[in-house]
Amino acid sequence: MNELQFLTWVRGPGLDIAVGIFLLGTVWRLFEIYTLGRRKDLAAPRRAAGASGLHTVFRRSLPPHGMLKRAPVSYIGGYIFHIGLAVIVFLGAPHIMLIANLTGLSWPGLPAQFIGLATVMTMAAMLAMLVDRINKPAKRFLSTFEDWFVWAVTFLPVLTGWLAVQHLLLPYTTMLALHILSVEILLIALPFTKLFHVFTLFGSRWHNGSANARKGVPV
Amino acid sequence: MSASLEKVTQTLKEVIDAPIASYFESCVHCGLCAEACLFYTETGDPKYTPIHKLEPLRRVYEQEFTLLGRLKKLVGLSRPISDDELDQWQELVYDSCTLCGRCSLVCPVGNDIVYMVRKFREGMAVSGHVPEGIRSAAKRTVETGGPMGLKWPAVANVLRKAGEATGVTIPVDQEGADYLVLLSSMEIVNYPEYIEALAKIFNKAKISFTVASDAFEATNAGIQIGSSDLAKVIVSRIVDAAERLKVKYVLSPECGHAYMAIRWEGPNLIGRPFTFEVVHVLELLDELRQKGVLKMKGKLKDPLILHDPCQIVRRGGVLQAPDALIRQVAENYIPIADQQKWNWCCGGGGGASAIHTEEAEALRARVFQIKKRQIEEAGVGTMVTFCANCRITMEEGLDHYEMNTKLLGLTELLAEHLED
Repeated sequence: MNELQFLTWVRGPGLDIAVGIFLLGTVWRLFEIYTLGRRKDLAAPRRAAGASGLHTVFRRSLPPHGMLKRAPVSYIGGYIFHIGLAVIVFLGAPHIMLIANLTGLSWPGLPAQFIGLATVMTMAAMLAMLVDRINKPAKRFLSTFEDWFVWAVTFLPVLTGWLAVQHLLLPYTTMLALHILSVEILLIALPFTKLFHVFTLFGSRWHNGSANARKGVPV
Repeated sequence: MSASLEKVTQTLKEVIDAPIASYFESCVHCGLCAEACLFYTETGDPKYTPIHKLEPLRRVYEQEFTLLGRLKKLVGLSRPISDDELDQWQELVYDSCTLCGRCSLVCPVGNDIVYMVRKFREGMAVSGHVPEGIRSAAKRTVETGGPMGLKWPAVANVLRKAGEATGVTIPVDQEGADYLVLLSSMEIVNYPEYIEALAKIFNKAKISFTVASDAFEATNAGIQIGSSDLAKVIVSRIVDAAERLKVKYVLSPECGHAYMAIRWEGPNLIGRPFTFEVVHVLELLDELRQKGVLKMKGKLKDPLILHDPCQIVRRGGVLQAPDALIRQVAENYIPIADQQKWNWCCGGGGGASAIHTEEAEALRARVFQIKKRQIEEAGVGTMVTFCANCRITMEEGLDHYEMNTKLLGLTELLAEHLED
């Protein structure tokens, strides 16, 4: 297989397989999790301002009381790489074109230089998070193979995308094909690893928020 | 798999619900829950990371409820839980978790970790992986009526003495009273002043109340051990008495876990809503304050801080009353940085204070350092709280560090300053 055939494969059958597994996997996992149901709380509820599932969905995006000081790398690094990833995926011109081709929806992007900067910052933040995972006792203690694997699977699309745009290391076509392949691996891994938090975190925050809201505690 | 392990798995399968599944799926191993847990912050030992305390529960979830987990189990890629493992986890689930719920407040993906620990204890309880201290407290509560083995004649005696001291007779088994007053053994034995305070306040506010001879104990060791069956037996006594005496309200004592047990877990244990309202004593006092019934004279001059018991405030939702009430009687009340729902546990909640092994006691002393720091940073000689269990745990801590900090109960403090 030459590089062009490789690119054609990852753009065609490869993408179809990855998107298929991602969609089916996601639907299956969501079904598996949320059909377990929960028992109705029979205790008479109390009301309090700012306490509800929805409040918690939003509130947990901010560092809780005193936590920023205790774990600055987790919060600052976490913000930079999450926002960075969103900026790259949804505001990078080539990605918008891809989404337009797939769905017909389109919106204006950001200049390439800006996306380049966001990419470098995202990679720097992810490296800092990796070092933090190695350095912080609790984080290192919790880490399993999956944590290192998921880090790599998230980092590779960013790295290969950046290398492709910068025309570094490998010919553009090969690097682009590797970039798309790495995204496909990410898509396939997502429903079956901790990456699935991109969906379940909303349910988790909502459950926690609404259960505590019944007690009148904004959490 | 042994019969007892099968029982654990069965019990855990019953308690795992959509929230728990969602929580496990959301965890990204960020370790932030450790930063909220006094057992981690004070020891630096990563095994005390809250989410790690749930590892056996997580595996049961994965192996029983997810497609991939079932496949992994089939081909031997995932280890089933074992008795040895549960033995090892007993320390993590009981000695080093007070169900304080601070972790549930910080998890960035929103996991209610303490909710899961409470459920995990159900499995630990059916298989007997429970510290002796809590087990015997639960047994005594079921058999004799209270965790300290206190029987009614002794209680009646304390009530009679409180009546003599205050000049207010404490009614027993009186039908049609507004309030059924619950007590905790800890208060009856160690802080009878609480009962006197209450009698004075009820008398002043002209509210009718009664104590039930067959349901005076409010604490529920069944919940601390994690056994819903035992917890139901214990809570049913109160429900039966309240309904027989046709009271409008059941008054929970200061004790935090007692409040949690009757107010929030109670209706879920018996499977129906209550026909009466459960009120925490501070909620009642704050209501009386707002109505102008609770008038104070003179104020305590000593600079002091407040210790908010977890189960009443963070987990119980009595958020505003304590602050409003302490300001009535304390001239130099100093609000601390981590207050109200952010307060740090005394280290003895969730049944932990009933565990008297050398290791558990040493660990409790160690984590008390966080309270020590709070007291020292505020530079006060007095701390006020409103939970008999917190108080006794903190008294042990103060003794251990040879501190001469004075500990006061909020309700008593209010009663002392009540206008005649």
